[in-house]
Amino acid sequence: MSRVLLSFKSYSLAEREEKLEAEVTRELALSFYRKMVLARTLEDELKRRYESFEMRGELHLGRGQEAIPAGVCELLSDRDFVSATHRCIAHAVCKGLPLDGIIAELYGRASGVCRGKGGHMHLASSSKRFLATGIVGGGIPIAAGAALAFKTLGEDSVAVAFFGDGAANQGTFHESLNLASIYRLPVVFVLEDNQYAFSTRRSESTAVESNAIRALGYSMPALEVDGNDVIAVYTAAKWAVERARRGEGPSLLDCKTYRLSPHLEIVDTEEYRPEGEKEKWEKLDPVRRLEEQAVELKLASKEDFEQIKAEARKLVEEAFQRALSSPLPAPEEAFRDIFSGE
Amino acid sequence: MPREIAMWEAINEAIRQEMERDSRIIVLGEDIGKMGGAFWCTQGLLEQFGSSRVIDTPISEAGFMGMAIGAALVGLRPIVELQFVDFFGVAWDQIYNHLAKLRYMSGGQFKLPVVIRAPIGGGYGDAAQHSQVLYSIFAHIPGLKVVAPSNPYDAKGLLISSIRCDDPVVFLEHKLLYGLFYLPPGSFGEVPEEPYELPLGEARIAAEGEDITIVGAAYTAYLAEKAADRLREQGVSAEVIDLRTLVPLDKHALRKSVEKTGRLLVVDEDYLPYGLTGEVIATIAEDAEAFKALKAPPARVGNPGVPVPFSEPLEKAVLPSEDKIVKEALKLVEA
Ligand SMILES: Cc1ncc(C[n+]2csc(CCOP(=O)(O)OP(=O)(O)O)c2C)c(N)n1
Repeated sequence: MSRVLLSFKSYSLAEREEKLEAEVTRELALSFYRKMVLARTLEDELKRRYESFEMRGELHLGRGQEAIPAGVCELLSDRDFVSATHRCIAHAVCKGLPLDGIIAELYGRASGVCRGKGGHMHLASSSKRFLATGIVGGGIPIAAGAALAFKTLGEDSVAVAFFGDGAANQGTFHESLNLASIYRLPVVFVLEDNQYAFSTRRSESTAVESNAIRALGYSMPALEVDGNDVIAVYTAAKWAVERARRGEGPSLLDCKTYRLSPHLEIVDTEEYRPEGEKEKWEKLDPVRRLEEQAVELKLASKEDFEQIKAEARKLVEEAFQRALSSPLPAPEEAFRDIFSGE
Repeated sequence: MPREIAMWEAINEAIRQEMERDSRIIVLGEDIGKMGGAFWCTQGLLEQFGSSRVIDTPISEAGFMGMAIGAALVGLRPIVELQFVDFFGVAWDQIYNHLAKLRYMSGGQFKLPVVIRAPIGGGYGDAAQHSQVLYSIFAHIPGLKVVAPSNPYDAKGLLISSIRCDDPVVFLEHKLLYGLFYLPPGSFGEVPEEPYELPLGEARIAAEGEDITIVGAAYTAYLAEKAADRLREQGVSAEVIDLRTLVPLDKHALRKSVEKTGRLLVVDEDYLPYGLTGEVIATIAEDAEAFKALKAPPARVGNPGVPVPFSEPLEKAVLPSEDKIVKEALKLVEA
């Protein structure tokens, strides 16, 4: 027997700090605030009514996560595509889907955005280029495909895929990052790391400490973002969206946040949460956080916030009235839209 | 001008002519560009249309199937090639939960003009993971049209219609019909040079007859035509219906034929349980006129529910053949 000593190449990760500057005007701060408050006001009202069984099916709300869709969608127009998940209500609001159409959809009404065929997990709008899917990980390659179309057609639109830390363990996440990277697609992958997939902690399901690390395996730049700070989300998203629009390819934003809502209303007992964890994150509520920042930066005042909240309540109330005055669809509607021309 | 070409050439020509007509059409899949496709069907497209429209993908079926869907949602008309139909499984969620349903679930807002092309079938010793046809899995899902041509003329016209269709179409091409020298027998025939459409949902009466109706699709339609020639020599007049499209199914053609012949033999290369043959027989059984016309219980020939084996005698034991069709047809006529 003889011993040989061999050497091999291996790699290691290095953490790096990226510095990005943000310019925040009063208008921008109030626009963030309007989006977040509108989403929250709508979700609070939905929750109240869902608890008295006004709606069918499940209901996934995203209290505490609103800064992510609000900060990202600030940069998008109707020409940009968004794929979202089962937890899509705030995203639909921020992408500009009509409130009454969203509510009507949740109530299965004929005037719902999907004519009552989608429901709360599957809000969609072709004119707003928005699509949510109830299959975890399902929307990620679809956003990459929209980006492929933009590139092929020479449109300067971008595509954004929103998805959770749970979805990051699906093959579609990994396949999409690889595909987007090899074709340099104008797509931004926005991972909403609320630390749980239903009851499963990210740390128990994911072999890396942070999903941002995974992007390195696909030669893709990634930023870890404080997902409860809308200014941070916006700043990171601006960097990502502008890169994509310039044709510099995809990126991943790993937004750290926390779901203050249960995974789904009524059913989830939330026993999986360690004691005190939720309370800690309640103090980091993104809406309050923005109020503090805006006051500190002298961009807005308490009166502005009160006014926007009152406006949101009014908008939601009126939207409910319009939505609930819409009839239920006729049974024949069930047999339409399977194929075109039907 | 019609000239005699192989089915793979008809498919290639259909894609090329459609891509010339409509710049929104892209083709993506594994080895379809530089290599021209595992079964030759995308030869020359990369050279003609460039790599932004003819996209060689990694082996990442869920990923590129999803990309085809996303691209369709915002205005492209993708043709996706699955290298073998058997590989649909890794992309199935994108196909049956997304591609098939997004139009419906969005209340008709989104169009999904995506064609999935996939080679199907056994009979050449490729064993159970590369020899399936799997029609009924696709046909079972609402929102997918399913096409399976048996000859070059139909392949070209049906593929052009599929590409122009605003709904998802699963276009299944039998490997033994392509006309590749290493996969006999191949289907060759006269095909016009200019583009033309054939309607989705119309069966073809491949042979007219009085005594028995034999139904098939793709390679089983090809076999049924040959079987009908032999039956004719034995004094049995068989009508052969080549379904061409499984969704929509041409129920009218089936019922009309059975009302005339009173006997039905359905031939399928797919697994018999819960499949195409049962669907065709139910179509007759549900119709009072056609049902009354039956002189004998319907019969079927197909894979009885066995993974396609590798070794030749085993594979032959499982798959349908001209001999099996003739034998079953004679039994039915003599019953
Ligand atoms: C493919 C698939 N598997 C499982 C589910 C059931 N399910 C719905 S949401 C969910 C958790 C998803 O977690 P994550 O992706 O982190 O998103 P979050 O709910 O935290 O927003 C599960 C298991 C599903 N809808 N789809």
